Formats: sequence, C-alpha cells, structure tokens
Amino acid sequence: MAKARGAIEVDIEKCKGCELCIGSCPFHVISLEQHVNSKGYHYAYMGNPEACTGCTNCAVVCPDGVITVFRAKSEV
Amino acid sequence: MEVKEIIRQENMVYQRSSLLTSKPFSYCPGCGHGTSNRLVAEVIEELGIQNDTIGVAPVGCSVLIYDFIDIDFSQAPHGRAPAVATGIKRVLPEKVVFTYQGDGDLAAIGTSETIHACNRGENITIIFVNNGIYGMTGGQMAPTTLPGMKTSTSPYGREVATMGTPLKITEMIAHLDGVNFVSRQAVHTPAAVRKAKKAIRAAFECQINKKGLGFVEIVSNCNSGWKMTPVKANQWMEENMFPFYPLGDIKVDGKLVKTL
Ligand SMILES: Cc1ncc(C[n+]2csc(CCOP(=O)(O)OP(=O)(O)O)c2C)c(N)n1
Ligand code: SF4
Ligand code: SF4
Ligand code: SF4
Ligand SMILES: [Mg+2]
Repeated sequence: MAKARGAIEVDIEKCKGCELCIGSCPFHVISLEQHVNSKGYHYAYMGNPEACTGCTNCAVVCPDGVITVFRAKSEV
Repeated sequence: MEVKEIIRQENMVYQRSSLLTSKPFSYCPGCGHGTSNRLVAEVIEELGIQNDTIGVAPVGCSVLIYDFIDIDFSQAPHGRAPAVATGIKRVLPEKVVFTYQGDGDLAAIGTSETIHACNRGENITIIFVNNGIYGMTGGQMAPTTLPGMKTSTSPYGREVATMGTPLKITEMIAHLDGVNFVSRQAVHTPAAVRKAKKAIRAAFECQINKKGLGFVEIVSNCNSGWKMTPVKANQWMEENMFPFYPLGDIKVDGKLVKTL
C-alpha cells in the first residue's frame, strides 16, 4: 500500500532551539541536537526520521521559518 | 526509502515564503512575532500583491518586520501607524496598505489613532500582535496586561483597583461602523497558525475589495518579558490569555458574529 513518507530539512544556523516544532509533531520525529550552532543554540533534527509523514505541522509553527518539508509516496 | 530520496525539490510541500529576506529573525526564540511575520509574508505572496503593498511598521519589537519582508515599508512614530497608513492610502488608493503593531503601540500610546482610523473606516488592514506587555523595552505593564500579571512596572501583579482592567480594544473597535472585518487569532499551534493565516488573508481581501477596515488581533507570547521558556509561555497563554481574549471571528462582512 502506498504510504506517505516525509522528511524535513532544518536551516541549522537559523534555528533557535525554541522546541515549538517538537511539541507540534504528531509523530515525535524531532529532537534537539546536543551540539550547538554558531549562535549557541541547540538545533532541531529528525531524531526519528522513519516516523515523518511530511504533514508540515512543524514548519507551520516554527517562528523562525527554518523548516522545509518534503513528502514522497513510498510502496512499503 | 532513504531520507535523501525524499528530500528532493519535486517532493517539497512546504517552504518559507520567498518574500522573506535572508536575514535571520532577530526576535527571541519562540516569539510569535516571527510566526506572525511569516504569515503576513505568505498571504501577500499568495495574493500576488507584493509590488503593490506598503507596510507601516510601528515602534516595539514589531518594528523589525521591515527588515524581514521584502516589500515597501514606512515607519511611524510610536502609536501613529494607523494615521501614517491613512495618509499613504489616501494619496495612493490603489496600493494595499497595512500596519503591524504591538499592544503597547496600538492600545496604549496609539489608542486615539487606532480608534479614529477605525471609526473613519479607512480602507486599510491592521495586524495587532497582543502579548500583554511592552516587550522591546523590558517587559513593562501595558493596558492589555492581565489582572495579577507581574511585569517590571507591576512587580506585585496588576492590581485592578489602581491600574484598571485590561483593555479589550479589539471588541471596542468591532462596534464601529467603519470596520468591516475583525478577528482574534493565535499562532502557537499548527491549527491556530492555519486559522490565523485565513483571518489575515480575509483582512487583506477586505481592503482589496474596498469593503473597509480589516483588523486581526494575534494573541501572542513574550517569553523574555514573561520570563518563561517558549513552551511554558504558550501553555500560560492558553490558560490565562485565551479566557480573557477569546479566539475567533468577531465581525464578518460588517456584521458582528459574536455577542460581546
Ligand atoms: C514616543 C515614544 N515613547 C516611548 C518609546 C519607548 N518604547 C519603545 S517600544 C515601546 C513599547 C512597545 O510595546 P509593544 O507595542 O507592546 O511591542 P512589543 O515589543 O511588545 O511587540 C516603548 C514604550 C518610544 N520609542 N517612543
Ligand atoms: S521551531 Fe524552528 S526555531 Fe524552534 S527549535 Fe524548531 S526548527 Fe528550531
Ligand atoms: S512534517 Fe510532520 S511528521 Fe514530519 S517532522 Fe514535521 S511535524 Fe513531524
Ligand atoms: S522581547 Fe518579547 S516580543 Fe520582543 S522579540 Fe523577545 S519575546 Fe518577542
Ligand atoms: Mg507588546
């Protein structure tokens, strides 16, 4: 059955680690990286990439507009 | 399926508006001004009016919008954005003119300009970001500050007996005949953001269709002024701000749709 698989790309240098995307993801995909960017912020990344459906919730809520969302049909 | 197979241009379903400049937002982490700026940019882009739109930036954190959306802007002295927007719109009636103001700007020093622009029914759009505080200057009490809320100038909490109750300026202006569309929204969850975008779009369309003034309040956070993490601030906002500032459309097509 075709199932939507998604992925996000975070503009790491512009992420401020506010965590609002984390709480808005229905599938618990996003975590904060231990490392920090050049501004000193922990940045968001897909800790659980398999679970992303590309629903866009995280990108819609990100105050800094640093998330781009992709969605593809997968046969598995 | 590998992540790199998914991250391809043809699979892209959401990206930031191309009207946003490359400058990183200088707002604090998690600040609703960022989300609100993004929505204004998206609506202007989707309506295809970027070459015909003039924004009026106020005084407060909200002023920074002029750095982040690639359209023409003017800046007004504190509170005077609706007066400046009136002038621009009357001289250039074919332009789409909007203000983007905070609560200290719109509901304190600019109360008079707000009420009279609304009462005259200027054909402009007003986006009002209400975070219940003077954010930029260090978290002083605003007319919109909730009862009991601690700020740097109400360190024991806002006392209603001496400082009055919070001003619901959005409900006030909704009663004015010149105002065609009024809505109160928020931008803290994906569902709220999607609704807020619809309201902002409606307020711009109201102007484009020459129906009169469109006004959208966005109840927002000021993590720095409230001294909370972004997540905690949004939770506090839901529990405390929304009961006092309920969300939803207030006036549509010149008719009140809510009992005030
Ligand atoms: C005439 C004048 N008075 C006072 C100030 C100082 N001042 C700058 S921003 C601000 C308050 C802004 O608060 P608000 O509109 O709520 O914006 P926020 O930063 O919360 O988004 C004040 C009082 C000023 N710049 N000009
Ligand atoms: S919402 Fe945006 S800025 Fe905040 S942590 Fe997530 S990606 Fe970073
Ligand atoms: S697109 Fe949806 S599923 Fe994927 S990370 Fe964002 S919120 Fe989670
Ligand atoms: S001071 Fe408050 S309103 Fe200003 S950017 Fe920071 S959080 Fe936003
Ligand atoms: Mg404010």
